[in-house]
Amino acid sequence: MNNEIIRVDNISKRYRIGLQEKADTFAGQIKNTLIYPFRNLSRIAKLSRFNKEEDESIFWALRDIDFTVKQGDVLGIIGHNGAGKSTLLKILSQITEPTTGEIEITGRVSSLLEVGTGFHPELTGRDNVYMNGTILGMTKKEIDQKFDEIIDFAGVEKHIDTPVKFYSSGMKVRLGFSVAAHLEPEILIIDEVLAVGDLAFQQKCLGKMDDVSKSGRTVLFVSHNIASIEGLCNRCILLEEGRITGDGDTPQVVEQYRSYIFKKFQHGLDDRKDRKGNGAFLFKNIIFNDDQNVIPGKPLKILIGFESFDDLNDVQIAITICKNFDERIMVIDSKAQNIFLSFHKGTGFIEISLPRLLLIPNTYVVNLWAGTGSDVYDYIMSGASLEVHNSDFYGSGNTLNYHKHGVVFPELCTWDIE
Amino acid sequence: MIDIPELWRYKDLLYFLTIRGIKAKYAQSVLGIGWAVLQPLVQTLVFTVIFGNLAKLDSDGVPYMLFSFTAMVPWNYFSNILTESSNSLVANKGMLSKVYFPRLVIPLSSIFSRLLDFLIGFLVMIWLFFYYQYTPSINVLFFPLLLIILIMTSLGAGMILSAMAVQYRDVQHAMTFLVRLLMYAVPVVYSIHIIPRQYLYIYALNPMVGVIEGMRAVFLGTRQMPWDLIGLGFFVSIFLFVFGAFYFKKMERTFADVA
Repeated sequence: MNNEIIRVDNISKRYRIGLQEKADTFAGQIKNTLIYPFRNLSRIAKLSRFNKEEDESIFWALRDIDFTVKQGDVLGIIGHNGAGKSTLLKILSQITEPTTGEIEITGRVSSLLEVGTGFHPELTGRDNVYMNGTILGMTKKEIDQKFDEIIDFAGVEKHIDTPVKFYSSGMKVRLGFSVAAHLEPEILIIDEVLAVGDLAFQQKCLGKMDDVSKSGRTVLFVSHNIASIEGLCNRCILLEEGRITGDGDTPQVVEQYRSYIFKKFQHGLDDRKDRKGNGAFLFKNIIFNDDQNVIPGKPLKILIGFESFDDLNDVQIAITICKNFDERIMVIDSKAQNIFLSFHKGTGFIEISLPRLLLIPNTYVVNLWAGTGSDVYDYIMSGASLEVHNSDFYGSGNTLNYHKHGVVFPELCTWDIE
Repeated sequence: MIDIPELWRYKDLLYFLTIRGIKAKYAQSVLGIGWAVLQPLVQTLVFTVIFGNLAKLDSDGVPYMLFSFTAMVPWNYFSNILTESSNSLVANKGMLSKVYFPRLVIPLSSIFSRLLDFLIGFLVMIWLFFYYQYTPSINVLFFPLLLIILIMTSLGAGMILSAMAVQYRDVQHAMTFLVRLLMYAVPVVYSIHIIPRQYLYIYALNPMVGVIEGMRAVFLGTRQMPWDLIGLGFFVSIFLFVFGAFYFKKMERTFADVA
C-alpha cells in the first residue's frame, strides 16, 4: 500500500513494577533499615535494566502489537483500564521506546496526551501560549500568525496578560486545548482530552476534531467515551491486556468491546488488578437483587461482599451508576446521606436498599468506592454492569426506552386542563 | 551524538524555556533581578570580613573584596548550574511523559537562563574594578576562552547530573549541599599559592580552577596567564562535555519510563 502513514511492526513494551518487601520482626526491620540504601540502589538501577530471570516484577504493557494506519484514517483505540492504550500512544508519539519491534511514521506528528503541558502558573496567558505551542512543536512564527485565533477560540481575550495562576481551571483547560487545536500536523494523536471543560466547550472541541479529520489528516484517538469514538472514528482497534483483539469498522469493534466488558462483569471483583486505593478494605463481589433481576419502579437491593483488613471506622461508600461507561447518572453516597459505616476485620456483606428504582431500561456501569475523607481504601471503575429490564412502569402497557426517553422515569403525574 | 538539526528545529522552545526560567524565577519578587546583584555582593562582603579581615588570608596583593568577587562570578554560575540542572528534568517530568521534544533543551535552558545572572554579576565586577581603579590587562582578549571552558564544563556537568537525577533522586539531595563544600575545592576564598606544588595539577583537574585563576590573571593581573592550568581545564572540560553528551543520549531513552 502506498498511502500507509504509520506502520507498527510487532512492538512490545515491558515495565518493571515495584516489589515491596515487608519485615515482620523488629530485628528484621533494623536489618532492613541498614541494608535499605543498597537494596534501593539495586531496585532503582533495575528500573531501566532487565534480566531474563526476574520475571515476577516484569509487566508487559503491550505484546506483539501490529497494525498500519493509512493517510486520512481516523483510528479509535479502545480498551479497558490498563489495557495498554496510553502506553501505545506514548510509543507512537516517541515519548518512550518499545522494548522490541519498530514503528515507522511518515510525517509530522503532534501528540496531545494532556492539555496545557508546560504551563507555568507565574507566567501570563500570552507567555504560556508560546510556551505550550513550542512544546507541541510549533515555531514562534506559526504561533504569531495564529495567536488571535487561539485566544479567540479559548475566549480569554481579557485575561491574556494575567498570570495563569489566577485563571479558573476551566479557563486554563480552554486555553490549553485551543493551542492544541491550532496545531497543523499530518498526524494527530489524542488521549481523552475531550473530557474537559463545560458542555458547550466540549461541543466546540468535538467540532474542531471533526474538522481536523474531515481535512484528510490522520487522527489517532483514545477515549473511554464510546459515543465520541463512534461519532469520529471510521476504524477502531480494541486492546485487551496489551494485545490487539479487535481491528475493523467502528460499530463492529465497539460491539465487541461491549460484550467483552459485560462478560468481564459477570465475575466477582477478586481478580480485578486495576483498582485504586490503599487496600485496607476491598470489594469482593457485587450482586443486584439476588437474582440480577432489576426492574424499574421496584426496589433495588445492592449486595456487596467485602473484606476488611483492619477495624475501620467512619467509612464512606459510594456506588456510582454510569451510562456509556463514564457519564454519571447517579451516585449512592453514604456520606451525603450522613451514614458512616464501621467494619471489623474480616469479611462480610453490605446491603444497600433503594426503595424505588427510577432508571429507564438500559445497561449501566457501576463504579465502587470506599474510603474516608482523607484515604481511599478501594476504588473500582466499571466494577459491574447493572442491567435494568423492561417493565410496564406506569401500568399503562407502555414501556420507555433509553433512545427516546433519557435515563429517568418521571413519577406518574397528574394532568389537568384549566 | 547530539542531534543538532533536531535541536535547531526546537530552538524556539529553547528560547521560551529560557525566558520562562528567567521570568518565573523573579516573578512576584520586590527586588526581582536585583537579587542577582545582592546575592554575590553580600556573599563577598561576608567573605571579606571573615577570611580577609579576621583570618587575614593572603589575597595575592589585591584588595580581598576584588580577589574573591572575581572568583565568585564564575563559581556562582557553575554552582547554580550544578544544583539547577540536577532539578531540571525532574521538575519537568510532567512534560517528559506527555510530549516528545529533544530532552536536551531542558538542561540547556537552565544553563542559558543562568547566563543572565552571570552577566549581571560580571557587570557588578566591572563596577568594582572602576571603584578600586583597576584596569584589566591586554590578556582580556583571552576572556572568551575562559568563558568557553566555563560553559563547556557547565554543559557537561549539567547533562550528566540532570540525566542521573531522573533515575536517582539522591543527586538532587547530594548536590544542594555538595556545592557548598565544593567551593573550598577551588580558589575562591583563598589563594592558589597555598596548594602544595606537587598536588597542583591534580587540583587543577577541576576546570574551574583554570577558569578562576585565568579570571584573576586577566582582570587583576595578579599573575601571568596560567596557561598550564587553563590548558588542563580546557581538555577536562571537553572530555566532560563529550562524556556528558553520550551519557545523556544513552539515558534519554528511558526518561519517560523512570521519571
